[in-house]
Amino acid sequence: MAEMLERADFLAAFWMTLRLAVLGTVGALLLGMVVAIMRVSPFTSLQFFARTYVTLIRNSPLTLILFFCVFGLQNSLGMRVGDDLSTQNLFWGVVAISVYHASFIAEALRSGVNTIPLGQAEAARAIGLPFGASLRHVIMPQAVRGAVAPVGNVIIALTKNTTVAATVGIAELASRMKTSIEFFPNLLYLIFVLVAVCFVVLTLPTGLFFTWLSRKVAVQR
Amino acid sequence: MLSGVNKHFGDLHVLQDIDLTIHRGEVVIVIGPSGSGKSTLCRTINRLEPYESGSITIDGKELPSEGRELARLRADVGMVFQSFNLFAHKTILENITLGPVKVRKQKPEAARKRAMELLERVGVAHQAEKYPAQLSGGQQQRVAIARALAMEPKVMLFDEPTSALDPEMINEVLDVMTDLAREGMTMVVVTHEMGFARKAANRVVFMSDGQVVEQADPETFFTAPRSERARDFLGKILTH
Repeated sequence: MAEMLERADFLAAFWMTLRLAVLGTVGALLLGMVVAIMRVSPFTSLQFFARTYVTLIRNSPLTLILFFCVFGLQNSLGMRVGDDLSTQNLFWGVVAISVYHASFIAEALRSGVNTIPLGQAEAARAIGLPFGASLRHVIMPQAVRGAVAPVGNVIIALTKNTTVAATVGIAELASRMKTSIEFFPNLLYLIFVLVAVCFVVLTLPTGLFFTWLSRKVAVQR
Repeated sequence: MLSGVNKHFGDLHVLQDIDLTIHRGEVVIVIGPSGSGKSTLCRTINRLEPYESGSITIDGKELPSEGRELARLRADVGMVFQSFNLFAHKTILENITLGPVKVRKQKPEAARKRAMELLERVGVAHQAEKYPAQLSGGQQQRVAIARALAMEPKVMLFDEPTSALDPEMINEVLDVMTDLAREGMTMVVVTHEMGFARKAANRVVFMSDGQVVEQADPETFFTAPRSERARDFLGKILTH
């Protein structure tokens, strides 16, 4: 078992999964917020773009988006970022994960906007706040509060979806799990438990944190 | 001060050729059966509802269609909603100071001081640091009135301000409104509170099916309504 742990180097794989998850979350949050603002903006062209983005990306498999990035953009078109192969793969892995989950983040934020009663916007207009100011002081603060729990769900899903990166040879937990099973079939169940624990360590605190946060910032009506 | 001329709109035609002039300092109560367009009339005055034809002027100035001009005008028109609509994520005090600070560009300190005076006046000063959901309906509505007053409006619109309240809370809100009326605030009040209409109104406007059917001073209206529809309406609500 000690030999398995040493040869498989789960720690490095865990570190790779962690980077995919954290960088992917940051990317997805930024991109998702931009798409969500476009979606609720008063401009039809921006609304159209955001709606198309969400429909297209949300309904495509993550594997397809990842393959498109790695084989389509990186290998065929030669769009390489970074010096060595593992950095290049990590970059496109993060991009694919961000782009894919941004569509879910955008929908979560929009659902947050939808939780706000129409009267809030009317009251903001009635005291003379222009559109931008009512968005900033009345709508957005409440929308973000309402979106905390669904955004947490997306981040947990994102963390587990990083395993798709194994398909393009990124050395994260799932790919390490597969090679370990090949070399140490007698430790099969132990390997399963080990990988499961690695993910629980990431997702459980995330879930607890977002539940706590959503309660803390919840708007009482 | 406010002459609404000839607004009608919608395929439902909820407001049909309304002509209404409200003078400075006047308290106009709008009553009528449900769906008669009285709430819509109230909301149209500060253009929360758009209208297709006709014009509304306030102090001789035409209501602008959208954008900053309209926002500036709305700041001069106080509005109190049936469902209070206090900003749920802000404290009572912040609810009141938001407009004066962001729209009127008052100093936060001055706005806070003025807000506390207004809260004192409507009797909820001790709740200033709480959030709207922690207050009773009657208290929330009084805060909503204070929020509108903080903008120093030229006219106050009340859209069924007591319809969502428990019976024992109605009076605390009506008392505040009666005081306002006595102080000379120009008010347009859509309500079902006939007692308040009798006591505070300078004029009663009776609406039915999107039209102004009858206007009169309260005494005349309640004792000797001219139109058939007003008699019918009063007969239904005043018998019990």
